[in-house]
Amino acid sequence: MEAQIQPAAPSVKTPLWRIFASFFKIGAFTFGGGWAMISIIEREIVDKYHWIERDDFLDLLAIAQSLPGILAVNIATAVGDKLRGTRGSIIASLGTILPSFLIILAIAIFLTPDMIKNNRVISSIFMGIRPAVVALIIAPVLTSAKAAKLTWKTVWIPLVVALLISLDQGLISNPILYIILGGVGGFLLWWLPRRKLNRR
Amino acid sequence: MSIYWKLIWAYLKIGIFGFGGGYAMLSLVEKSVVGPGWITETMFTDIVAISQMTPGPIGINSATYIGFVAPGSVNPELNSVGWGLLGSILATLAVTIPSFILVLYSAHFIRRHNESGAVKAVFSGLRPVVVGLIASAAIMLMNVANFNPNGISSQLWTNIAICAAAFCLAYFPIKLGKKKIKIHPILIIIAAGLAGFLLYY
Repeated sequence: MEAQIQPAAPSVKTPLWRIFASFFKIGAFTFGGGWAMISIIEREIVDKYHWIERDDFLDLLAIAQSLPGILAVNIATAVGDKLRGTRGSIIASLGTILPSFLIILAIAIFLTPDMIKNNRVISSIFMGIRPAVVALIIAPVLTSAKAAKLTWKTVWIPLVVALLISLDQGLISNPILYIILGGVGGFLLWWLPRRKLNRR
Repeated sequence: MSIYWKLIWAYLKIGIFGFGGGYAMLSLVEKSVVGPGWITETMFTDIVAISQMTPGPIGINSATYIGFVAPGSVNPELNSVGWGLLGSILATLAVTIPSFILVLYSAHFIRRHNESGAVKAVFSGLRPVVVGLIASAAIMLMNVANFNPNGISSQLWTNIAICAAAFCLAYFPIKLGKKKIKIHPILIIIAAGLAGFLLYY
């Protein structure tokens, strides 16, 4: 009759400082953010500390990718929440952003816009760097175009979006407009045919 | 409206509508911070370069740097480390808070619509737009200030050559025996900086 009392699963709480330390390390050593960060987060959280099962991590990753904002912060928030609730998510996000924040702050204090303009050595270095930065943004245009599997039916979208945004003409050059149109358009193309099917 | 409210508002918008990763966010950042005159076009390019060379996401890096310089550039009285620090903190928090709230409170909603295919549908519409967003950032940075600041045509051609060389290094993997190696953007920026020093100093 007596229901067997199962011992509660040992709830080993991951200490907050460990979460902070891990994400601080991730924030401090990954250059480029986003995808570069994900593989390192996975290694640290899943493989090294076993805080989260791989399946759960992939589920969190899917959610983090579906939401706007900085991917690394999204993942840190999701993982921190899973480990220690809201407090864990605050700690994990702070850990992720703090290294960049401190490094950029130091640079902003010492490398002021005036210094870049007026110091002959620094200004000559930056004159060479600027055209290269443009190249570093052209490269992902092609990579993302390939990944998006553009067809003759869709290739006009990026062309029109790029043209209208770079015209610099108020509302029609606001990137937010095209983000909303793209999202709503994608949704409607999927939803409208389904609705018709359901009616029949 | 005080510059600090404007900074918070600009970076909240970037946090809410920043789909598609760092490069896709650039045109939104450019419009929000170069438009109102907080920084110049060249400064924006420099911040992208600095972001590439320092760890962390470009969204955070730009928020911290622009938050620091914007108050002083709008109002000379705010040109101090203290006021800059305040701007840095506010802009950086503003760009992260939307992520934070959305991840905590919409995970359930996203999970449900992930299964139905709705999320996939939204992203199938966003994907071509993201290509356009990145392209628009590239187009906006192909300007006189970045390529020909002194109005000397030999410099313009040199800069176009630097851009072309950097593009080849960034886009095409180099074959080393059987391995294909992609050169890290940091190395490309260092090389370009060195070229700039040798050519223009």
